[in-house]
Amino acid sequence: MTLLGHTDQVELRRLVPRVLSVLVGRGADFATAADAVQEALIRAMSAWADEPPTDPTGWLITVAWRAFLDMARAEAARRDREVRFDAEPPSGPVPSADDTLRLYFLCAHPDLTSSSAVALTLRAVGGLTTRQIAQAYLVPEATMAQRISRAKRIVGQAGADRATTDRTGQEQAGDVRTVMRVLYLVFNEGYSGDVDLAAEAIRLTRQLATLIDDPEVHGLLALMLLHQARRRSRTRADGSIVPLAEQDRSAWDTALITEGIEIVHAALARDRLGEYQAQAAIAALHADAPNVDDTDWVQIVEWYDELLRFTDTPIVRLNRAVAVGEADGAPAGLAALAEVDEDVPRRDAVAAYLREKNGQLELAAHLYALAARNAPNLAERDHQTRQAARLNQQLHDRR
Amino acid sequence: MAKYLLLKHYRGAPAPINNVPMDQWEPDEVEAHIRYMNDFAARLEGTGEFIDGQALSPNGMWVRSDGEGRPPVVDGPFAETKDLIAGWMVIDVDSEARAIELAGELSAAPGAGGRPIHEWLEVRPFLTAPPTVTQ
Repeated sequence: MTLLGHTDQVELRRLVPRVLSVLVGRGADFATAADAVQEALIRAMSAWADEPPTDPTGWLITVAWRAFLDMARAEAARRDREVRFDAEPPSGPVPSADDTLRLYFLCAHPDLTSSSAVALTLRAVGGLTTRQIAQAYLVPEATMAQRISRAKRIVGQAGADRATTDRTGQEQAGDVRTVMRVLYLVFNEGYSGDVDLAAEAIRLTRQLATLIDDPEVHGLLALMLLHQARRRSRTRADGSIVPLAEQDRSAWDTALITEGIEIVHAALARDRLGEYQAQAAIAALHADAPNVDDTDWVQIVEWYDELLRFTDTPIVRLNRAVAVGEADGAPAGLAALAEVDEDVPRRDAVAAYLREKNGQLELAAHLYALAARNAPNLAERDHQTRQAARLNQQLHDRR
Repeated sequence: MAKYLLLKHYRGAPAPINNVPMDQWEPDEVEAHIRYMNDFAARLEGTGEFIDGQALSPNGMWVRSDGEGRPPVVDGPFAETKDLIAGWMVIDVDSEARAIELAGELSAAPGAGGRPIHEWLEVRPFLTAPPTVTQ
């Protein structure tokens, strides 16, 4: 059996939200409809390799609808309930942008935990299989299957409740923020497996940007593109970390950077600033500098000040302290750091960096060792251990 | 086949022979150590004996129930005297002898001066599912 290649698979998954919303529009319950679409995808993988359809969306809708009818009948028989379905598909609504958008909102429903919303979005909007999602998050497939089916039940219930109430514009605005947070998590926290979750998050955010007119969605997209552009330069082949200052900037993806900068400029021009646009502006300033010494740190500090207006978190303040250290010197950075909570992750690492910059090598070495001890992952722990070892050797050579 | 847990300690194990904290090593020695550990896991994957390896943060807390309707009691950070696990590797091997051999290799990871650390590792057999043939 031949299967579709990677590009075709991505192309295939792009159709998922439209197909799913057609089924839901025809009255299918969300959970069964999602399973039926998944079934249709699996069939398409082998059928299309032999004979690509002229109308892929129509093909998927037909096959998914039949699969839904089979599943619904089996379910009805199992429960010994009398349910009648038309064998012929009803002339349901044409898939529209609004349907797809509603699907995003459903999957980022506020009743869901973050991990459930992430999994459901990847499954129902992204069209990934449960196995792919499980591999990406390093959990057993059975666990991920349970997480997704539980999420589908919650969303199905919420969808039924919502049908009786009017949705206001205000609710939608709240929804899109949740959707963006889910997409940001997908981008930021993909671990392993054969699916590049960061690329998938970009694909889904790109699609969202065509469905809703919100500068923050464009800000999020730009933020992702600008980080993705630098991603390969951030780690060596053995997984070790390359700090920003040491990255090979010629290896950055200039096409992604150009696109990201254009998008964030256009968004900022609309004068409706938000946290994602501010973060994207900071990323754009880094990406735009041909080498680290050309970085416009003063402007970066200004953007961190803007960011603080929207989201005053210790992590933002910590990153701001680094920027202040570059813009105004280590003492100013240390003064900014003094205002940051003691127990923020990576605070020791920033303190070590600023102390070293300030010439306090012994204190810096001690702080690097402490940063290694408190590092949230192995790559960072190894990196901080290397820094401590490097400084201790310098100190040793001086004696 | 039998599964074994190889346990590494931050503290609580007998002191290793080459007992120098890692941040006091030379940078090249740090590199050599990290490479040795990565290669070791990769080699066991190659022989089909590797199951899982995870590292733990030294931070954490004790937690116990405080009865119905009450939040659990949390006690932390850990006292300096607590035995502290650093991480583990789970292997699936033919014999206890093979488990000991592999633990010995892991313990010989290079440390300060490029010399083996000779760290003490805990080797613990898993309790297994009951066998089909019982007599």
